[in-house]
Amino acid sequence: MSVLLSVHDLRAYYGQVQALHGLSFDLNEGSMTTLLGANGAGKTTTLRAICNMVRSTGPIQFEGKPLNGKSTENIVRLGIAHVPQGRGTFTTLTVEENLQLGAISRKDTKAITDDIERMYAHFPVLKQRHTQQAGTLSGGEQQMLAVARALMLRPRLMLLDEPSFGLAPLIVRDLFNILGKINREDKVSILVVEQNAQLALEIADKAYVIETGRIVMSGNAKEIANDESVRKSYLGY
Amino acid sequence: MSTIQESAAETQAATVDAPPKKAMGLGRTASWVMLIILLILPLFVRNFVIFQVTMLLIYGIAVLALNILTGGSGQFSLGQSAFYAIGAYTAAILIEHGNVNYVLTLPAAGIICFIVGFLFGLPALRLSGIYLALATFALAVAMPQLLKLGVIEHWTGGVQGLVVTKPDAPFGLPMSQDMWLYYFTLVVSIAIYIASVNLLKSRSGRAMMAIRDNEIAASAMGVDLSIYKTLAFGVSAGITGVAGALGAIAVQFVAPDSYTFQLAIALFLGMVVGGVGWLPGSLVGAAFIVFVPNIAEEISKGLSGAFFGVLLFAVIYLVPHGARQAAIFAENLFNKLRRS
Amino acid sequence: MELFINQVLAGIATGAIYACMALAIVMIFQAIDHLNFAQGEMAMFATFIAWQLMQWGVPYWWAFLLTLIISFAGGVIIERLLFKPLAKAPVLTNVAGFIALFAIVNSVAGLIWDFTIKQFPTPFGSSPFLGSQLISTHQVGMIGVTLGLLIALFVFFRFTRIGLAMRAAAAMPESARLVGINTGWMVALGWGMASAIGAIAGILIAPVVFLEPNMMGGVLIYGFAAAVLGGLTSPLGAVLGGFLVGVFENLVGTYVPGVGNELKLPIALALIVIVLVVKPTGLMGHTVVKRV
Repeated sequence: MSVLLSVHDLRAYYGQVQALHGLSFDLNEGSMTTLLGANGAGKTTTLRAICNMVRSTGPIQFEGKPLNGKSTENIVRLGIAHVPQGRGTFTTLTVEENLQLGAISRKDTKAITDDIERMYAHFPVLKQRHTQQAGTLSGGEQQMLAVARALMLRPRLMLLDEPSFGLAPLIVRDLFNILGKINREDKVSILVVEQNAQLALEIADKAYVIETGRIVMSGNAKEIANDESVRKSYLGY
Repeated sequence: MSTIQESAAETQAATVDAPPKKAMGLGRTASWVMLIILLILPLFVRNFVIFQVTMLLIYGIAVLALNILTGGSGQFSLGQSAFYAIGAYTAAILIEHGNVNYVLTLPAAGIICFIVGFLFGLPALRLSGIYLALATFALAVAMPQLLKLGVIEHWTGGVQGLVVTKPDAPFGLPMSQDMWLYYFTLVVSIAIYIASVNLLKSRSGRAMMAIRDNEIAASAMGVDLSIYKTLAFGVSAGITGVAGALGAIAVQFVAPDSYTFQLAIALFLGMVVGGVGWLPGSLVGAAFIVFVPNIAEEISKGLSGAFFGVLLFAVIYLVPHGARQAAIFAENLFNKLRRS
Repeated sequence: MELFINQVLAGIATGAIYACMALAIVMIFQAIDHLNFAQGEMAMFATFIAWQLMQWGVPYWWAFLLTLIISFAGGVIIERLLFKPLAKAPVLTNVAGFIALFAIVNSVAGLIWDFTIKQFPTPFGSSPFLGSQLISTHQVGMIGVTLGLLIALFVFFRFTRIGLAMRAAAAMPESARLVGINTGWMVALGWGMASAIGAIAGILIAPVVFLEPNMMGGVLIYGFAAAVLGGLTSPLGAVLGGFLVGVFENLVGTYVPGVGNELKLPIALALIVIVLVVKPTGLMGHTVVKRV
């Protein structure tokens, strides 16, 4: 398996405050990797640093090419879809417009229409509501929309920031099943940040644990899930 | 953690950049130096220059008033010329029709403008940002027309306006009218400056600044938004009124067209140039609006507007915090020189 | 009754001027969240360019088209050079920037073309329309162009990908970047379009108010009033607001005793302030939810 994304000695800053203190990790092509950690550990910052939405140093390579210094929109155009926390839904636009926006940087306009239909097949509820303002959707539906919107890019890599946030447990399970399916069938590599460690470890194949801006543990998701001391000290379950 | 980050990223540019609280005033040494310069200045210059410096102080007061409103409570006003006009007319009418001593017209103008400002502030409560700018702007546009109304022509002199007699120096002091008026204005300016600095340092001032920095958070902390916002409007209008009254006495003339919205825009620019929220900067801002148009006119008659605009852009780019920034820079330089 | 109808008609005719200007204002407000105080001056400058082209012998419609292109480019350039660096600056700084731009454009126009008033031609003729003394064929043409522009904008924003991208960038810049939209260029595009729309407004207005560097002063204020009345976020609201302000101003001038020409503007503004106090989002605007 080749490395799709590699991050080395990543340091990120909010103004004068340093949030990441030399983070390094690799993400393999086709894998589903999860970043775990408590509140304030630096998970979101890591995702934001990959998309150059926060000032950072340390080489980040995607398919062997450096991302550093590229603008957020150009990084996205390379095939990295980022579903931010809070979902980034265009609340005043319709569901269908949101999906079109997901593919706004693509040139193959014909295929976009097909892809929208594919998304409706994945998420039937979105089809029912395709003319509705996205802001009127429920939290779970908005999360579906956010994932669908990200997929509209036909990404090579998808960054997901706490997709379970604020959702009912049943919906979360649904969502994670869909994510697993996307990962296997559409060959989209996924980097998911989660506080719900138990669930994330179930579907991920690789896991990193972050604490105060550093990686304190990494390995096979199953091994980490089975290591009681790690679970107790870092993951809290 | 992410909630905080996200709101930080999504928060739009604030109305004003909040200056640190300590930077509201001027250091002790600098204050004394400034005071001495202002005290001895008239002894060395011609009467016309004294008059100009008097106007500088008067506009300085008006800019300071706007600074209390915007720098203090974060509200926006493009209508200060209206309050200035009301103050000026109050003084003129009291002196010419009521034979009131000119000294007494200042508090009268202040009180009337405070009331008008407070009343205007009430509906303005519901407006914010550009909407408030438009409402105040409407006030500024309306004011000259209202002053021309036939109903009150007997008092205001209509389009012609009123001529105001210039006061002599009292107690047989051996100084020209201009010089006396200068010192009189200086005393009033200093009093208003000290009062304003203390106001912003007080509990009310802190409440207003909390509103400026984050209205929703301020109200959650128990700051009564409506009282402090209208109060800021009232105080600002009152001080502007005093400036207007002084202006009427100094210029010896009031007419509707002296108080168009151009005056309001000038005061606004004065505040930006002086540094929003930095009270001593008001004087620098006033200097900008009193002298720069003249200088621009001298450099090129046809392009004076362009020169003015370019200079304004230069200020925005090079010293976006106005004179406050220049002062901080000078202070650092001074300290560095002293240490080495 | 006939007086009333005539006044309403005349109001709609002047309202078309305000509507045009308001469209440009809304356009830029959507893109950058600011009111561009120099919008009127930019429109005036564009009108002078059109006039100059015609003086050089360029036919009307070619001059019109060229002016639109030049204005569009000018708007983009002004944004890139002067206002892009101010994107994150406080509102006050931006307002000062607009005032500076106002002063520069006004002064340069005065220097190049001086302050004497100039006739500006109209392609619609200026004979009375259907025998009405109050509304001329030019004014009818103006209303037509305004409505056409509105429809064109609607189609652009609703049915084109770039229009969608602009809406997304205006509504949620951060999310827009995350789907690969270059929001900086969307802002520049907004400036260009606003500038071009302003040029259309200027060219339509010039035959009525005559061409001179200060021709847009009053029009801009009414345009602001119309845009704010319409809610600042809706092109349709802006046009509606423009017509309403025009009609209202005329009716007040006719029926309220003691209101001469001079008091029309303050009263129109006062009424708008009242509308805003009652309904701060204007007629067609949508509420913006603030986060702490």
